Amino acid sequence: MNRMLAIIEREMRKFFRSPTLMITAMIFPLVQLIILGNAFGGKIRDARVAIVDEDHGNQAVRIREAFSSVESNVRTFVAVDYSDEVRAREDVRQGRLEGALIIPPQFSRRFYEGENPRLGMVVDNSDQFMANSLQTKMQELVNSLNSPAATAKRIPSDVALEIVELYPYIEYLKYLLPGSISLAMFVSVMIGGGMLYIDDKARGVHEGYLVTPITSMEMVLGLNLAGALKAIMAGCALTILGSLIAGLGSSFQPAHVLQWFLLICATSFAFNGLMFLLMVRVEDPLVPRAMFGILNTLLYFPSGAIYPVQAFPKWLRVISYVDPFSYAVHGLKATLLKEASWVAVSQDLLYLTVFGLVSLVISVPLFKRTL
Amino acid sequence: MSIRTRKGLHSGHQGQAISVENIVKKYGDFEAVKGVTFDVKDGEIFGLLGPNGAGKSTLIRMMTTLIPITSGKAFIDGYDVSENPDAARRVIGVIPQAMTSDIDLTITENMSIYAKLYGVPRAERERNIDELLEAVDLTKWRDAQVKTLSGGMRRRAEIARGLVHNPRIFFLDEPTTGLDPVSRVAVWEMLNKLKSHRQLTILITTHYMDEADRLCDRIAIVDHGQLVALDTPMALKTSVPGNNVVEVQFLKAPSGWAERLHDLSGVQSVQDEGSSMFRLLTSTGSQTTTALVELSVRAGVEIKTLTVQNTSLDDVFVHYTGRQLRDEQVKAFGFVMPPRPGMRS
Repeated sequence: MNRMLAIIEREMRKFFRSPTLMITAMIFPLVQLIILGNAFGGKIRDARVAIVDEDHGNQAVRIREAFSSVESNVRTFVAVDYSDEVRAREDVRQGRLEGALIIPPQFSRRFYEGENPRLGMVVDNSDQFMANSLQTKMQELVNSLNSPAATAKRIPSDVALEIVELYPYIEYLKYLLPGSISLAMFVSVMIGGGMLYIDDKARGVHEGYLVTPITSMEMVLGLNLAGALKAIMAGCALTILGSLIAGLGSSFQPAHVLQWFLLICATSFAFNGLMFLLMVRVEDPLVPRAMFGILNTLLYFPSGAIYPVQAFPKWLRVISYVDPFSYAVHGLKATLLKEASWVAVSQDLLYLTVFGLVSLVISVPLFKRTL
Repeated sequence: MSIRTRKGLHSGHQGQAISVENIVKKYGDFEAVKGVTFDVKDGEIFGLLGPNGAGKSTLIRMMTTLIPITSGKAFIDGYDVSENPDAARRVIGVIPQAMTSDIDLTITENMSIYAKLYGVPRAERERNIDELLEAVDLTKWRDAQVKTLSGGMRRRAEIARGLVHNPRIFFLDEPTTGLDPVSRVAVWEMLNKLKSHRQLTILITTHYMDEADRLCDRIAIVDHGQLVALDTPMALKTSVPGNNVVEVQFLKAPSGWAERLHDLSGVQSVQDEGSSMFRLLTSTGSQTTTALVELSVRAGVEIKTLTVQNTSLDDVFVHYTGRQLRDEQVKAFGFVMPPRPGMRS
């Protein structure tokens, strides 16, 4: 009995002497509760939807008014005026818009003459949740326009909504792939750049480096590039395997290979920069282990990898805007699921590269060249 | 001593590999090293001897640029370690207390990586690795992962790794701690061989008296952050009064017994070790022993154990510090030495 109590005493003493472990043990579930609770189940808000008015008639004005009403009340949409349907479609494809409502020419005339007036709704169905939400809301809007209370008796016909999906049906497996690739890189960086770095410090391996003429810059760059290389390998392996499993043949076209490879390089660089910045002054090997869960929840779930950012509350969107995960997921979705052009991923590439560089620039002076 | 500092270069004493001038290290209010001064000559093996917590590792860490110096100066091969640390780093090889080799890599891989960190050209690198592995008797194990080696072999691999860039000055912080007696002797022999073949200057810290005695040309005794004695092992031993030490334990020593022992023939000092045990420093070991036995018989004090030996560095340490070499709790000073990063106390 006493021997068992001795073991318990030892474990409890260790636990209470490790505030990092105590705090993270309590913070991790809280962070998960707050982030996941807000990341899932929210309603879509402020989705950018183009209105392409090719009719300019009375009914087009009615639709725009109804749209404005939704915009200012439930705020599902933010209307963006477009004059060109082709451009609107392209911008949906490039991820600048979440959808486009097409009011075709002669819509008002067809409406008054009862000739099957139809509206077109272009949706980016690479994000099924967003596409379904927009479709549902738009159908509600059309139904309300068609309802007797809002329609004059002399108007003989109902408006129909025609949904145009930009891509063939995208399974959820494919939808999750960009997030999984990003997560593989993050895990690689967390283990290779975080845990091993602190473990090496604790073992004394770095002490051996510090007595050599290596400069702080060389050491920081060496550690960062090594961490990024490991993450690149993880990212590439998962992209190839994941594309084969999900049946994404387009991933292997040379132009796309270059696109996702550069995205993976930039993401690995950004992730590793972030991890090194967080770990540069850490000395306790428990810290990276304890932070793993928190960082994972804090960065992965708000990225839009499994639920659209437009369904998040504002404060969670702020995390999403600065989170390199979001840009990695966005870029990989564009290149793997939408076969998008370089324009669609250029912002992601730029943000990830700048993020990595800034992290590195901050890390160098923080890095201690002595014990 | 004339010291001139120009761009971190010390041109004071010729023939000195290391020169330490009134060096101080403070952690908050605690002074871990209190103004230590010494020189190490080219080609000698210099020992820093002291108990755990004496300040040996702090001294070596300051000399090898691992921790900043609070005040004072340290010159390595003429380079001021504070002003020109990189130049100092190029001429030194360091084997810290901790295992700094990567245990997942092979011996050769570890050596090669360190040679690259020092910018050793490929051909020289390969030659050095071969020569050093031969010198430390690890050629057969060159492609073995470090984690598969025994403690003694790991230490030898570390020593070879520390010399891969042909340093002039070699620092070893307690290189035989944790090794079995056979491995310790192997390390000593190897260091002696390396020193003579490679014209090395070696600074070694240890708390083993026999190690310091056997290896070092000169020894500095450090205690509580201060240098208390510095000379050759022989000179240190002769500096202690008496040539022999008589250690005697009685069944029950009566009061005033130490004074009576002091009056025996040839006895120069008596240390009461407690539990009726006494250490007598004497210039005439045999005469003192005879007189001691006679005195005990006359007084009816039974002798439990009796040994006679020549003066050792233990006696030197006791003489200069007033106590045995001990593993002292530094916490007694209300201070805990900062651990190596990541190490938990």
